Amino acid sequence: MDAAESRADPGPRGQRFELLHFAFHNSKLVIGLTVVLAFLLLAIVGPWLTDATPFEFGHPTGQGPSSENWLGTTAPGQDVYAQFVHGLRSSFIVGALAACVAAGLGMAIGFIGGYLGGAIDEILSMVTNIVLVIPTLAVLIIVSAYLSVGSLTSEAILIGLTSWPWAARAIRAQTFSLRAREFVSLARLSGQGTTKVIVQEIAPNMSSYLFLTFILLFGGSVLTAATLDFLGLGPSQVMSLGLMMNTAVSNAALQLGLWWWFIPPGIGITAIVGGLYVMNVGLDEVFNPRLRST
Amino acid sequence: MLELDGVTKVFKTGMFGRAELTAVSGVSFAVQPGEVVSLIGESGSGKTTVGRMILRLTRASGGTITFDGRDVANLGRRELRRYYAHVQGVFQDPFSSYNPVFKVDRVLGMIRSNYLPGLSASEWKTQLRTSLEAVSLEPADVLGKYPHQLSGGQLQRLLIARALLLDIKFLVADEIISMLDASTRIDTLNLLGDLKERGVGILFITHDLSLGNYISDKTLILRHGRVAELGATTKVFGNPTHPYTRALLASVPLLHRKWGADADDVAAEMPAFDPTAVETLVQIDDDHFVARPAEAAS
Amino acid sequence: MSLAVDNLRVYYRTLRGDVRALDGVTFTVADEEIMGLAGESGCGKTTLGKSLIRLDGRMRVVEGTVRLDGVELPLTADGAMNAFRFREVSIVPQYAMSALNPIRKIGRMVSEVLDSRGVSYDETLPELSRRLALVGLDDSVLERYPIELSGGMKQRVVMVFSTLLNPSLLIADELTSALDVSTQKAVAEMLVEFRDRGFVKSMIVISHDLSILYQLADTILVMYAGKLVEKASASEITEDPRHPYTQLLLASLPEVGVRFAEQRLSGIPGRPPSLLNPPSGCRFRARCPLAFEKCAEDPPFVEIEPGRFAACWKVSA
Repeated sequence: MDAAESRADPGPRGQRFELLHFAFHNSKLVIGLTVVLAFLLLAIVGPWLTDATPFEFGHPTGQGPSSENWLGTTAPGQDVYAQFVHGLRSSFIVGALAACVAAGLGMAIGFIGGYLGGAIDEILSMVTNIVLVIPTLAVLIIVSAYLSVGSLTSEAILIGLTSWPWAARAIRAQTFSLRAREFVSLARLSGQGTTKVIVQEIAPNMSSYLFLTFILLFGGSVLTAATLDFLGLGPSQVMSLGLMMNTAVSNAALQLGLWWWFIPPGIGITAIVGGLYVMNVGLDEVFNPRLRST
Repeated sequence: MLELDGVTKVFKTGMFGRAELTAVSGVSFAVQPGEVVSLIGESGSGKTTVGRMILRLTRASGGTITFDGRDVANLGRRELRRYYAHVQGVFQDPFSSYNPVFKVDRVLGMIRSNYLPGLSASEWKTQLRTSLEAVSLEPADVLGKYPHQLSGGQLQRLLIARALLLDIKFLVADEIISMLDASTRIDTLNLLGDLKERGVGILFITHDLSLGNYISDKTLILRHGRVAELGATTKVFGNPTHPYTRALLASVPLLHRKWGADADDVAAEMPAFDPTAVETLVQIDDDHFVARPAEAAS
Repeated sequence: MSLAVDNLRVYYRTLRGDVRALDGVTFTVADEEIMGLAGESGCGKTTLGKSLIRLDGRMRVVEGTVRLDGVELPLTADGAMNAFRFREVSIVPQYAMSALNPIRKIGRMVSEVLDSRGVSYDETLPELSRRLALVGLDDSVLERYPIELSGGMKQRVVMVFSTLLNPSLLIADELTSALDVSTQKAVAEMLVEFRDRGFVKSMIVISHDLSILYQLADTILVMYAGKLVEKASASEITEDPRHPYTQLLLASLPEVGVRFAEQRLSGIPGRPPSLLNPPSGCRFRARCPLAFEKCAEDPPFVEIEPGRFAACWKVSA
């Protein structure tokens, strides 16, 4: 950009202001974010709005939505609404935790391999590729079948340990290109050590990318957790949306026409994961000026 | 002070690194304190690679680079830090040399924390002021600002000030003014002249022959990674001997003489380059060397 | 009269206001004239080039007209301008050679553009081959991908292709800046040859490098901060510059033969003004050693001698 335009460039502070401006005008971001936040709100506040707990019996069996049971009851007599909002909580917790694990691992491996290069990078790439190629779901199924997954935390860690490779590869690629930038050379010439260069020079210049990666990992983890729970491999003592659907299917809810039992969890998962992905597309447009339509 | 002997750099390219690219081949020269040597070459000549090897940002594949007698390739981490206290670099793109997320002060702050930890706040301020004055910058104009708020010329001069904070002995200046506006270029270039007067040795890397001629004592013409001609600037420019040097000089657009005005136009034909030819540097005059095919060297 | 630009004002929209990149420029380019457009970064020369063909969506033509061969160019209407692009007015934008689609063979790219203009590729092929041969390339180049060509070859391909339909006006933006010195000479000479052979009627060659403009242009127009500063023949500009900016600029350029030890050159102190809120009066006033009270009033770009124009109160006095 020539000097006329560069003098109109507002720099980091002004750029943040510009980002917010574009962010609020980006329909995908706004819609995605709204959906996700709505469900998050429901997950936080929902359980406080009812006395029923997800596992307790004693409600009327197989009833549709009523003033007492807002989303109806399950075949054996549990409150669907309580199950739903507790399930939402689980989804968010597992999603966030797993994403943290995966992002942490991905960043560590991606940054180190991408910056140092050479033999270390070859080894780390090999490890990444091996884990990438392993059929994740099959491994998770087998592992969860052997070690009974008792809590959300262990489920999250398991998912995190298998979903980091693509993040590591993406971060490594970005690190490669940033490492060639002159300010990184200058930092090296100033005697900065490797850790400092990665943390202070490279990572801040990839912040939007890291953010996007985290969101994608979040969405992916929610979906994977739901799949595991649906297969009955998740924690059985904690209510989750996948578990709801599992129970619904094994109680023939579809055939019995108990739509209020399996449709809410389905919508919940679809909306959260879909919302996150749409948000991601919108965020990409916000961060990357070239994708903007103006 | 700085000596290169037979320095070579081979890059591995292609799938699984099977193909090879020889960027620099058998380059030898020396820089004395207070001497400006310009390394002139077109794109692909390997000039930036030579600079990076001297700065240890890339490893040489062959040959030796010695600074005050010590081999640069073997420096450990601590020794490398001490090396950087004497040898620094300034690069082509001033805006790319600063991390856009931080203020420009950070570039100076890094030097303080890594090399001048014992300084008190007031001592630091004085030293800053001295270095900034040496490059004709007002502290109030540049400190506390972000890179985009300053001009390319100010940013480049700030980088030179940073090198002065360290009291360096040698500076690698890689195309430092090619991205600056014409009206401010020459002032930054004059700074190099001031540095030279302080006894700093400078390697001035450029593709622009007139700049090289203006500022340097010695000139080295690099072509496809090899030295074509080397010697005192007045001799290389006054009596260009290698066909490549002559072709370069004949192609440079001048402000007061049109191409084709002299019969020298025939010299503008670029001689073909033979990568397999073995050449040696032959001395043709006091402080003037030319590369000639090995057999013809007699 | 090939090109007549009258009081052209082009501003860029930004979130912080309008950047007044071109603020009222008026000049003409005659038939078969190669005019060099010189100036430093931010002076508006690229904006001027792009505005003549309406290439940038962020530009807003606020005022002014441009007439090519007597016909007014519809600068504000993208669709209508399309009919003129490539046929009457053609541009080789900055970084053109890096903008070639890497996954298209050259020949395919040419045929796609010609198709979009309603011109048959097969019918144009013989002429295309002839012109490629003229610049030292053969037909095999059409079967190659951009990555297989060197910088000089790409630049020549782009030149041939941009002038294929014999436009009245060719705008070449920084055609030689990314090239090596030897290729620069070849490309510059090619530009002149294209004019001599009638492939292009007139040319505007944009460059920050005054020495190369001196070599290939008939006249040179110097710009500063969005305004015209001086126009004269190439030799008059380099040998007898009148405007203080041109004089100082020329004085800061080292030439082979000038050495620091013997003669220390100096640049122009200060920086060009911000175009978001440009100062009133002469825009060079803050840096000009000859500035006086009258400079608070904007000097008009007037003819000071036959064929010589300058915008300076001291000169036009």
